[in-house]
Amino acid sequence: MLNPTNTGKLPQVAAAPTLPKRAGVGLKPEHVQEILDTQPDVGFFEVHAENYLVPGGPFHHHLTRIRARYALSMHGVGLSIGSDAPLDLAHLNALKLLLDRYQPQSFSEHLAWSTHGPTFLNDLLPLPYTNATLQRVCDHIDQVQTHLGRRLLLENPATYVEFAVSTWDEAAFITEVVRRTGCGLLLDVNNVYVSSVNHQRDAQAVIRALPLAQVGEVHLAGFAQQQDAHGDLLLIDSHGAPVAQAVWDLYAFTLGLTGPVATLLERDNNIPAWPVLLAETGLAEAALRQACLPQTQTSSGFDEVSA
Amino acid sequence: MSAQSAFAQALLDPALPCPDGLSTWNGSDPAIRFAVYRNNVMVSLMDALADTYPVVQAFVGEDFFRAMARVFAQANAPRSAVMAFYGRDFADFIDTFAPAASVPYLADVARLEMARVLAYHAADVPALDAQALQIALADPHRLAWAWLALHPSAQVITSPFAVLSIWAAHQGESEPSTFDPDSAQTVLVFRNDLAVDMQVLADGAAQFVRALQHGQTLLAAAAQAADLDATFDLTHTLALLLRWQLVTHVTTGDLRHEHTH
Repeated sequence: MLNPTNTGKLPQVAAAPTLPKRAGVGLKPEHVQEILDTQPDVGFFEVHAENYLVPGGPFHHHLTRIRARYALSMHGVGLSIGSDAPLDLAHLNALKLLLDRYQPQSFSEHLAWSTHGPTFLNDLLPLPYTNATLQRVCDHIDQVQTHLGRRLLLENPATYVEFAVSTWDEAAFITEVVRRTGCGLLLDVNNVYVSSVNHQRDAQAVIRALPLAQVGEVHLAGFAQQQDAHGDLLLIDSHGAPVAQAVWDLYAFTLGLTGPVATLLERDNNIPAWPVLLAETGLAEAALRQACLPQTQTSSGFDEVSA
Repeated sequence: MSAQSAFAQALLDPALPCPDGLSTWNGSDPAIRFAVYRNNVMVSLMDALADTYPVVQAFVGEDFFRAMARVFAQANAPRSAVMAFYGRDFADFIDTFAPAASVPYLADVARLEMARVLAYHAADVPALDAQALQIALADPHRLAWAWLALHPSAQVITSPFAVLSIWAAHQGESEPSTFDPDSAQTVLVFRNDLAVDMQVLADGAAQFVRALQHGQTLLAAAAQAADLDATFDLTHTLALLLRWQLVTHVTTGDLRHEHTH
C-alpha cells in the first residue's frame, strides 16, 4: 500500500543552513524593542510563521531587524500536516514567500492536525498512529519539503488522549516518518515528558527510541498540572511557566545522547519580562556547555559552543 | 463522517459527547482528557478576541466579554490559520447580541478596534511627498484625470456615536464628561510609519476618502464631497492626507507622467 518511490530524499536541495547549537528564545512583540536596543547574546530567535503571514507593518519591520542580527527559526503552527484532507496550497504558498523573504536557518511544523474543512481549530490535535496516518503524514511532508525546497523539522506532540486504533508506538511512528521522508526531528523534550506522564511511558526510553541523529532543534517549555478522571496526574503543555526541573533533567539526559543541539525556550503565555527569559536561556546554555565538556576530551566536533 | 470530523465537531460543540475511539492508559474516562482540547481551543479563541478588542472588554468587564466571546467563537470558528484577523465579524455579532444592547456603541467600538488591527498589519507602501503631488497636478489638463491612491491601511469608520472619543476615554486620553457620546463621529483609521493613528473626519473629507478608495478621479471625489458637505475644502483635505502620509500614488491622464514616491 505504501508507495515505494516515496522516499523523500530531496535530491535538489542544497545543504541547508542550521541553527547554532546554542539557546534561543521565542520572539514576542512585547520584547522586540528591548532586544533590538540591547542586542543580547542569544543563539537564535524563533517565531510562529502564521503570526507573520500579514501584509506589512511593525511585525515585519521588527523581524527584518532581528533577522539582520540573529539566526532565525520559523515554526509553523497551522499547516495541519496530519489532516485527513489535502494540505492548504494557499497556506503553503504563503509560507514559501515568508521563508524566501527571511531565509531562516530552520523551518519546523508539528505531528498534529489543526484544520477541518474550512475551519482552523487553533490547537495541535492528536493523531492515531496507524499505517493510514503514516502514509498521509509522509505524503504531506514530501509535498511540503518539495514545495518549500527545504528540509522540515517535525515536532513530536504533547497529547492528552491515545487512540484505540493505534498500531504504532509514537517514537517508532516518528522514526518511520523521518526515515521515509528525510525530514528532521524537532525534539520537544517537554512534550516527551508531558506525554510520558499522560500515557505512563518511560520518558528516557522514548528519547532513546527517537531518531536522535536527525534532531535539528530541541524545544523546552513549562507545563501545567491537572488530574484525569481517576485522579492521576495529567500534564498540560501550557507554555505558561518556567521549565520544570524534571524537564531540565530529561534535557540533560537527551544532550548526553545527542551532544549539543540548538535549544529553544518556548513561552507563549504568562510572558515574563525579557530579562527573566534571557536568564532562563543561561540555564540551557550551561547544560549545552556541560554536554560539550566530556566530548571535547576525545572529539573536536562541538567547537561552535565551546567558545 | 471521518474520525477528524467527529473530533472537530465535538471540540466546538460542548453539547456533543466525547468522540469514540479514545483510550487512556489507566482506563479513566477519556472525556476529561478530551475536555483539555476543548478548553484549549475555546480559550485560545477567546484570548484572540480579547487581544483584538481590549476596549470592548474594558466596557463590559472580563467576565461578560469572555461569555460573549465564547458564544461568538462557538458559532464562528476561524477560517484561517492567520489568527491576527480572527473575529472580523465580531462587531456584527455584537449588534445582534441582546445582552450587550445596553451599551449601544459597543459594536462601533469593536469596528474601530478591528480597523486598528487591519491598519497595524496593512501592507507597507511609501507615501508620496507633497512636491511630487504638486508637480503631478500642476497641469490642469492632467488634473482633470488624476487618480490618487491612498495607503492600504486607511479605513473610514462611520458611527452615530462619538466612537473615537469613547475609545480615547478608555486610554486615559480624555475625560468621558467632556464629550457627548451620542454625537456622530466619522473616523479615519490608518498607520503612519509604524503607529496606528486615528483622526476625526468632517463628512466631506470622509466622502472624499471613500470616493478615492472606490476608484473615483480626484475631481469626481471632490465634487461628491462638496455635494455632501458645503464646507469641504479640497486643498485643506489634500494637505491633511499628505501630512498623514496617506497619498501613495498619483496617476494622471498622461500615463507617461505617472508619479510614485
